[in-house]
Order: sequence, then C-alpha cells, then structure tokens
Amino acid sequence: MDRMPGWADAILVPLISLLLAAFLSALVIIGIGESPVAAFKLMVDGALMRSAGWGYTLYYATNFIFTGLAVAVAFHARMFNIGGEGQAMIGGLGVALVCLYIPWPHWSLALLGSAVGASLFGAAWALIPAYLQAKRGSHIVITTIMFNFIAAALLNYVLVNVLRPVGAMDPATAKFPDATHLPTFQDMFSTAADPMFRGAPANVTFFLAVIACVLVWLLIWRTRLGYEIRALGHSEPAARYAGISPVRTVVIAMLISGGLAGLMSVNTTQGEAERLILNSIEGAGFIGIAVALMGRNHPLGVFLAAILFGFLYQGGAELALWTTIPRELIVVIQALVILFTGALDNMVRMPLERIFLSFRRRKS
Amino acid sequence: MTLMHKFLATAAALSLSAGAAAAEPALIFDLGGKFDKSFNEAAFTGAKRWADETGGTFREIELQSEAQREQALRRFAENGNDPIIMTGFAFGNVLGEVAPDYPDTKFAIIDMVVDAPNVRSVVFNEHEGSYLVGMMAAMASESDTVGFIGGMDIPLIRKFACGYVQGVKAVKPDATVIQNMTGTTPAAWNDPVKGSELTKSQISQGADVIYAAAGGTGVGVLQTAADEGILSIGVDSNQNYMHPGKILTSMTKRVDNAVYDAMEAGADIETGIYVMGVGNEGVGYAMDEFNADLVSADMQATVDEAAAKIGSGELMVHDYMSDNACPVE
Repeated sequence: MDRMPGWADAILVPLISLLLAAFLSALVIIGIGESPVAAFKLMVDGALMRSAGWGYTLYYATNFIFTGLAVAVAFHARMFNIGGEGQAMIGGLGVALVCLYIPWPHWSLALLGSAVGASLFGAAWALIPAYLQAKRGSHIVITTIMFNFIAAALLNYVLVNVLRPVGAMDPATAKFPDATHLPTFQDMFSTAADPMFRGAPANVTFFLAVIACVLVWLLIWRTRLGYEIRALGHSEPAARYAGISPVRTVVIAMLISGGLAGLMSVNTTQGEAERLILNSIEGAGFIGIAVALMGRNHPLGVFLAAILFGFLYQGGAELALWTTIPRELIVVIQALVILFTGALDNMVRMPLERIFLSFRRRKS
Repeated sequence: MTLMHKFLATAAALSLSAGAAAAEPALIFDLGGKFDKSFNEAAFTGAKRWADETGGTFREIELQSEAQREQALRRFAENGNDPIIMTGFAFGNVLGEVAPDYPDTKFAIIDMVVDAPNVRSVVFNEHEGSYLVGMMAAMASESDTVGFIGGMDIPLIRKFACGYVQGVKAVKPDATVIQNMTGTTPAAWNDPVKGSELTKSQISQGADVIYAAAGGTGVGVLQTAADEGILSIGVDSNQNYMHPGKILTSMTKRVDNAVYDAMEAGADIETGIYVMGVGNEGVGYAMDEFNADLVSADMQATVDEAAAKIGSGELMVHDYMSDNACPVE
C-alpha cells in the first residue's frame, strides 16, 4: 500500500496548508506595518471569545455548510458545480415568495415552507445545466457559471420590476411578516440577566445545516442512490456496466446539489435580512468550493472547514473595525487560505506522502 | 519604587487613552467603498478635514457584506464611539432597529430619514441645487434643448431631474429637456460607457448642455460632452476641474460638510431631521477658475437671485419625493 494513513490525509495536510497560509498572511501584515500577532489575537478575540462573535462566525458558517455540501454532493458524481451562487440566489427568490405570499401561523411552519421553496427553486436552477450535461454533454462548469449570470439578471429584473414596494429606493422586497421571523441565537439562549449573542445574525437555520450534514452523510454512504452517485463518479463505464443510468444519476445529484445551495438563502434571507436583497449571497457559492475541497467532500470536513471560513470572515470584519488594515488586504488573507487549502493541496500532499513512504520503507 | 511608578504611569496612560477613545466619532462607508470619487469619498473628505483641523481621530470601516451593517453599528456603539455616522440610504432599515438599543449613543445617517430620538437624519434639498443648475443650463443653451442623465432610476434621482426641469422652464418655458436614466440597478452608478452612449444620443437630439446625476457613470457623460464640444454639468462634488472650460458648473452636495458638522458637534449633536439646502449652503452650484469664462455676470446674478429667494422661502421648488410626481416634464 503506497498511501498515507487516513489521519495524515484528513488532518495533517489541511493543517500544514493552514500554517503556510498563516505564515504568508503574517508576512503581508508585517509588510503594511501592523503586528501579525496582534492582528491574529484580534481575530480570535472578536470571532471566538465573545458570544456575539460566535454568532457571526456561525452565521457565515451556516452559509458555507450549505454551499460546501452542495459542491461536495455534485463532486461525488464528478460534477463540478460552480453554480452554487446562482442556485442560492434563485433559492432566495423561493424563500421570499413563500414568506411574502403565504400567511404562516408560526415560524416553525414558515421555516419548513421556505426550506422547501428554497431547495425547489435552487434545484430547478440546477436542472437545466444538469440536463444539458447528461444528455448533450455540455460541460457543467461552463453552463453552471453562465447560469450564475442569468440568475443575477433574473433576480435584478424581479426585484426592480415586480417585488419592490412602490416608492422604495432599494431593489429589495418588502420586509417579511413578523410571523416568519426565525429565532436567532439571541432569542434562544439569552436570559434577562445574561444577554448572549447580542445582535448576531446566527439563527435556527444553523441546526438545519447540521441536519443537512447528517442527511448528506447518510445519502452518500448509506443509500443505494449514494452508492450510484459514487460509482458513477469513480468510473462511468463501470457504472453503466453495473446497470446505473448515468443520465438519471447526474441529474439527481445535481438537483440535490442545487437544492442544498438554495437552502443557504433561508439563512441569509429569512434569518438575517428578513427581506430579499440583491446581493444576499455575496460569494458564499464560490467559498463553498473551497470549503468542499478542504473538507475532502465529507460532511464532517465540510462542517469544520465552514467553521474555519466563518472564523475568517468574522475575524476579517474585526480587523476592518479596529485596525488600519485595508479591506482589500483582508480579502488577500482570506484568499491565501483558499489558495493553500484548495488549489495548492498537492504541494503539501506530495512531499508529505514521500516522507511517509520513506519511513515505511525504512521500517520494512 | 521606579517599577511602581512605571506601573502607575502605564495605568494612567491606559485610562487616558480609554477616555479619549470613548469620545471618538466613527464613520461607516457603504459597500461602494471609501474612494468612489463621489459620495463616500466626500464623506471621507469631511472627516479628514475635521481630523486635520482639530487633531482628533475617528474610527472608520469599509463594509464587505450586508451582515456587517448591523455589526459595525453595534460594535462601534458598544465601543463608546459617539457620534456614529453612516453614508447612504441602505442603512435605513438597520439603523431603525439598532438605534433604540443604544439610547446614549448618537447616530447620523446621510440621505435617509430614520425616526428615532438619538438619530440625526441628514437630507439634502437636491431639487434646489438642481433647480439652480437647470437655470444656468437654460441660459447657456443655444438650441433650447438640454439633457439630463440619471444613474439608477430611484425616487432620489427623479428628485434631481424634477428640480432641474423646473429650473430650465423657469428661464425658458418652451425649452425641451431630454431625460434618460442609466439603469434600474446599483450597477447604473458605475457604467461610464453607457453614460457616454446616452450622451451621444442626447446630442443627436439637439441637446447642448447635459446634467449628469449618475455617480461614476457621470465620468463618461462629462468626457463625451467635452469630446463632442458641448457643455455638461457635474454633480455631488465640484467636478469643474475634470474638463476645464467644458463643464458649465457642478451641482454641489456638501456631504463633506454634513460629516464635518456631525463630528464637530460630537456627542452633543442635535438629533432630528437636518435639512441641508441652498439656504445653509448644503447644496449649490460651483464657481471657480475652470468655468469662469463660461458663466457671464448676468447669468450668475440671475441664479444668485433665485438662490436668495429659495433661501428665504419666497421661491418653492417642488420636491419629487414629497408626492412622487413632477409638475413639469
């Protein structure tokens, strides 16, 4: 066997990548005359040492869990779905329609309704690229990324011309009715004596994301459909030989993927803004790719990677608030982490593999 | 003993700096970013002028995401920053929810009215300034056809357009005003290419003075107007310098003054609706060495007379946003 042990693959490689990214980020921060130690402390303090900080970290993480799972599911069928952004946008439209036009008696029912709406709309947006890939062989990367632009234009049109309240300046819908307000962590965990998560946007959708992680794990590794998806991903001729329909499997995997991406809109649209705004996704669909890569397409890995990226986002906000590090450089720091954990994965993996193998050879 | 001294001195310095930090004002820029050559940058200019003149310091943040609006407001308020100033109507909803949680902190929002006891809502009478430059456009026009190019089609920009048309008609009741909006989404604020095309189209219809109220899109309007040899009118900041001798004037909206005033007032800032119009030099038209040859003494006298009348309340310019309608076309 010429492979690394599983723990090294799952933990050591991302860890070393992270350390490299942190080292380069430190150089960047030194370069503009700030202290990297102070900056890191500020990020940790702001994101992890206060309950409100956790509230933001988990809010961002919720988005990234959904989009990360979306990319992961498609990836098991060797589909590279980079249309999470557009699918989430259209999912937001589903949330808005469900919240605005159905009189919900209670938030729990509204949450179910909007989750269904979001996933149906998101899945529908993934359907056409999926069909084109399965039937016509149009490359999924090209079609999904083009659908991102179509989604943005469509949302633009709908918000400006259809859903915008008369006289309002923002291209956004009216505020959702109070009955659809999802309990935030503040509502759930605060007591009069001890206010927790004050003002933070993390809400009950986070638990929905955790449930989604479990369900995706069950789907991929414990159901026949999951087996078919993985089999197709490993080898299409073999899957065909085993009687698995590639067309059906590709379309279903992409529908699940689009539905998961759409679900993130429940968090941003119903949970945070409580109205549909033009840029509610803000790149989370693309971050999902990095999250899935870093999490090795496993729900647990996606969960942990999403928390890490949530930390980076919230920590970055703290840096912007209390230091003079300009926002462009904060994006550079976030991008370095993506670069090392996602794109430059083999740079760490291959030398590490060689080291492990040489150890093993010496032993034998 | 010396060690003790050092400790005490450090403690004193710390408490001093903490005290100073408590009175620091804070400025929050909208997603457009600090250096947008227009609205946010004007706010930054005002804050910087205040800092240079008083030696004070202020906190600032450029937002990266929608969720940060509320976060920045709360974090600055909890840090004791006072007043907290924000630019743009997009903060309206969030501020309405956050302000009641921090009754001891003062907030100032520009271009939006938020009804809370601790908020100063700074609004500008853009229609008055637009009226003045409209008069000037009518007087400078030889074809009796002038143009208006707006950015995003929102009531605020229609307010600009309506004031402008009223000004034109006040001088030449038969003049034609061609109106175009660049788009219906925020992208319309930064589309100089489309601005340039709209300018060419208006020129082909006979316009010889064009007023651009379109943020970054206006750069394309001013450029094309200068290239084609007609006059244009800038907006927000004094843009006369961009094409000397080709820009008739600029409708100035003194966002910098609004920010400066708020920082100057500090924690004692008066709350409520704060209107900046022609009367208190919140809006106006720009005169400098770059357009001195374009504006005759007669024109200036006529416009100044109208400005005085608006200031005294004798002349009322209709505000589009008061009833979402414009009496003239």
